[in-house]
Amino acid sequence: MRESCCVFIHRLVGLFRRRHLEDDLDAELRSHLEMAREANLRRGMAAEDARREALRAFGGVEQVKETCRDQRRLPPIDTVLQDLRFGFRILRRSPGFSLLAVLCLTLGIGSTAAVSSWIEGILLRPFPAVAHQDRLMAVAGTNRAEPGFSDVSWPDFADLQKGCRLFDSFIVDRITGTTLSTGERAERAAGSIVSANYFEALGVHPILGRGFEPAEDLGRNAHPVTVISYQMWKERFHSDPGIVGRTQMLNGMPHTIIGVAPPGFYGTFVGWAMQFWVPASMQETFDPTGYKLEDRGARWIEGFARLKAGVTPEQAQAEISAAAKRLEADYPATNRGRGIKLFPLWQAPFNNAGTLLPTLRIALLVVVFVLLIVCANVSNLLLVRALGRRHEMTVRLAVGAGRGRLLRQLLTEGLILSAMAAAGGLVVAYWCRDLLVLLLPMRGGLTMHLPGEIDWRVLAASTGACLISTLLFGLVPAIQTSKIDLASALKAESRGVVGGGRRALVRSSLVLLQVSLSFVLLVGAGLLLQSLRGVQNTSPGFSTPGLLTSSVDLVAAGYDEQRARNLQDELVDRLQALGGVESVAFARIMPFSYRSYSSAPIAVDGYEPPPDEQPSVDYDEVGPAYLATMGIPLVSGREFTRADDAAAPLVAVVNEAMAAQYWRGKDPLGSRLQAKGRRMQVVGVAKASKYRNLTEPPKPFFYVPMRQSAAGQGLAIRASQGPEAMAKALVRELHALDANLAPGELITMQEQVDRTTAVQRVAVKMLGLFGGLALLLAAIGLYGVMSYAVSQSTRELGLRMALGAGASDLLRLVMSHGLALTAGGVVVGGAAALGLTRLIGDLLYKVSPRDPLAFGTALVAMTIAAAAACLLPAWRATRTDPVRALRD
Amino acid sequence: MPSSRAEVLQGTLDLLVLKTLDSMGPMHGFGIAARIQQVSEDLLRLNQGTLYPALLRLEQRGWIASRWGVSKNNRRAKYYSLTRTGRRQLEEEAESWDRMSAVINRVLGTS
Repeated sequence: MRESCCVFIHRLVGLFRRRHLEDDLDAELRSHLEMAREANLRRGMAAEDARREALRAFGGVEQVKETCRDQRRLPPIDTVLQDLRFGFRILRRSPGFSLLAVLCLTLGIGSTAAVSSWIEGILLRPFPAVAHQDRLMAVAGTNRAEPGFSDVSWPDFADLQKGCRLFDSFIVDRITGTTLSTGERAERAAGSIVSANYFEALGVHPILGRGFEPAEDLGRNAHPVTVISYQMWKERFHSDPGIVGRTQMLNGMPHTIIGVAPPGFYGTFVGWAMQFWVPASMQETFDPTGYKLEDRGARWIEGFARLKAGVTPEQAQAEISAAAKRLEADYPATNRGRGIKLFPLWQAPFNNAGTLLPTLRIALLVVVFVLLIVCANVSNLLLVRALGRRHEMTVRLAVGAGRGRLLRQLLTEGLILSAMAAAGGLVVAYWCRDLLVLLLPMRGGLTMHLPGEIDWRVLAASTGACLISTLLFGLVPAIQTSKIDLASALKAESRGVVGGGRRALVRSSLVLLQVSLSFVLLVGAGLLLQSLRGVQNTSPGFSTPGLLTSSVDLVAAGYDEQRARNLQDELVDRLQALGGVESVAFARIMPFSYRSYSSAPIAVDGYEPPPDEQPSVDYDEVGPAYLATMGIPLVSGREFTRADDAAAPLVAVVNEAMAAQYWRGKDPLGSRLQAKGRRMQVVGVAKASKYRNLTEPPKPFFYVPMRQSAAGQGLAIRASQGPEAMAKALVRELHALDANLAPGELITMQEQVDRTTAVQRVAVKMLGLFGGLALLLAAIGLYGVMSYAVSQSTRELGLRMALGAGASDLLRLVMSHGLALTAGGVVVGGAAALGLTRLIGDLLYKVSPRDPLAFGTALVAMTIAAAAACLLPAWRATRTDPVRALRD
Repeated sequence: MPSSRAEVLQGTLDLLVLKTLDSMGPMHGFGIAARIQQVSEDLLRLNQGTLYPALLRLEQRGWIASRWGVSKNNRRAKYYSLTRTGRRQLEEEAESWDRMSAVINRVLGTS
């Protein structure tokens, strides 16, 4: 073993000093012969005899050299190097072909690498700085009464932690935000409310100062401390090394900066770059809906749990379900029908991982398709070239090259192509790694962080794609070549018939494959396009023309409730006094913003919920004239006025869906609604509208007056001005009231709505782009096959012409052959599409995955492309000169 | 069966080279050839050239090492010397050779 290692190393080293070793041997042998000659001379031979005798005794000098050379050779590597050198030479000889093939493959491998880097960055390793992510799971609540997942309350979370032994730690996380004023524009900064164990449990160590201490979880608003992000430290505090101990205003309260997070740590919410973290005890400061640490019914935690090493997700789920069951029995009022479910990070229901999952799945499918199409195309290119090189191959076979060696040579050429493409592909992936941000709806002013990660897994995926594609596109031509029949190949080439022959069959099936794959992509693009149109045609339930939205965060600026209320009233008055402004209203949450509505368990007189269900309904706190400003019609009753304040009786407006579900046809006006222990009188019924996105089904919802509840920051303005003019006016009016205030981003409501359809739009763009590309590649493939067939069968075409076939007959002959190929591809692709479109079902809205329009459009596009691809070869066929064709 | 004979010959040549280097110390190729012929009293006529592939093989296996030096007659020559593994190998091979020749002698003697 050691010996063969020794030999291998010797030979390996020898590879690189071949010239040196050769000279060495020369010198050695020369010196041997000289010594032999001298010895012979000493024995008394004549000079000429001495030389001849020395040579005779030695044997063949060249033979010895050759034997030594052979012995130094490293057989496999040597031939590989030879193949490589030869391959490069061949590829350099036809640069057009090589460039085209490499470009095609770069596209295929590059998109595969880019998508795998996204998947790596978002799904597999979303939080690069966190230790042992594989044992981290997302914790979400379930409710028997409604599908979907909820957050978890603080007391429940604490009890789960106490009741479970299979977990290292439970980590509380809740995305929040604050407004950092800088000049005229308020800047939103995302942050997290976290449990004190957050940094320690994640294995993230602040580079300055410390993380939180256990005591900082406790005491209502008792620990105004914060850990800030590396980015905030650098940009806002200019990397001040003495930052720890300084204070920063957050939501109107001075917070002591106790630490700086390390670079590369962006928090634990996919897609967002958190700027600061505060301990759970500060929850109320960042959440206007009240103190929740003692409220089991208030579900707000988006938590994580770290499994102990060796514990399977199933064991963990079983244990946590049992704990949830105990909670359900102990606290029926809040926990009836509630359970807990663990998710792998990439399926977390509460951050963007889950949102992106369908898109990434489509992206992966699409790039695999594109890779296959590209391989089929390059395979076709190689086949054409193999035909051109047939003579060369035949000669090489005839002079004794082994078929295996020829095969290896062809595969090596393929490998050179795909290795070059893989290198290019990684560059593409590197460029594309930040494009992922495009897949998420924009949020004004917030720093997003959606990196693709290029690591060994991505490299492995690219290498795999490279090798697989080499095999796919290289093997077919290689096998075809190795099947060359020497005898017949050395004779004159036999002339083919259009579409005849085995080789043509292989090429035709490759084209068929391309056509069918592109057809699937086209169908997918068509379905998504229709679905998007369906989404965009859906009415949000309010009137978007002339509606603008912005925000004024008074809590962050340190206003108390009363001052905030006064300022909001004054601001509304001032804005309404402007020309062109029709109406202005505040609301805690504007529809279609990412911020989530509060949800409250409700009770309605005369409504008996099913035994193990606790109905809860989302609601929003809105200011006077909110519904009028939004353009949400009232079905009956009235909406809130300034008179509905803390001193007045509590009132609420419900939507139609809620009235239908809980009052069952009776008029809710005047009856009572109990939510969160408050009894309110229903004074109005509003039309149901959309609250979070356009695709949600109509759902129960109610409004309460902001003056009887928490103040909010959302601002709706109905005006004839555009957003730019209005933004200036808003800054001006706000500064007139308080020079330290700055509004948030001001956009049209339409834009806010559009942002929620970004995922669908990107999916459409992606499929449209790749579908079009696939169509182009398929058309090129078809064109190649048909042109080659026509060029190979001039004799037959000439004969047909000579026998009286007209140009139109030949045109029909060639076109029908090409279109038959296309039809075959469409049939196969159609069948595949019927099975595959299910996969995008969750992105489709009001469109059947078997929508005939999408299939029809794809068919028309495919047919047009195919006809265009066949037309030129067919036209060329009609130009055949029968005399010349038959004479040749 | 010419192929099997070649193999035996190759093995023996290796053994002869190792033994020569063991008893004579570092030597150049011509010296080794001359020495083998001298010791075998010219009964073994070998093509001197075949020595060089053998030397390369032994060197590749790490049993001998080579270094350029200057001969008695002031000629540049490549000197070969036995390495530690080479010495161990020689012992093993000599032993197995003894065993083998004893067996063969016995077989030849009895039949």
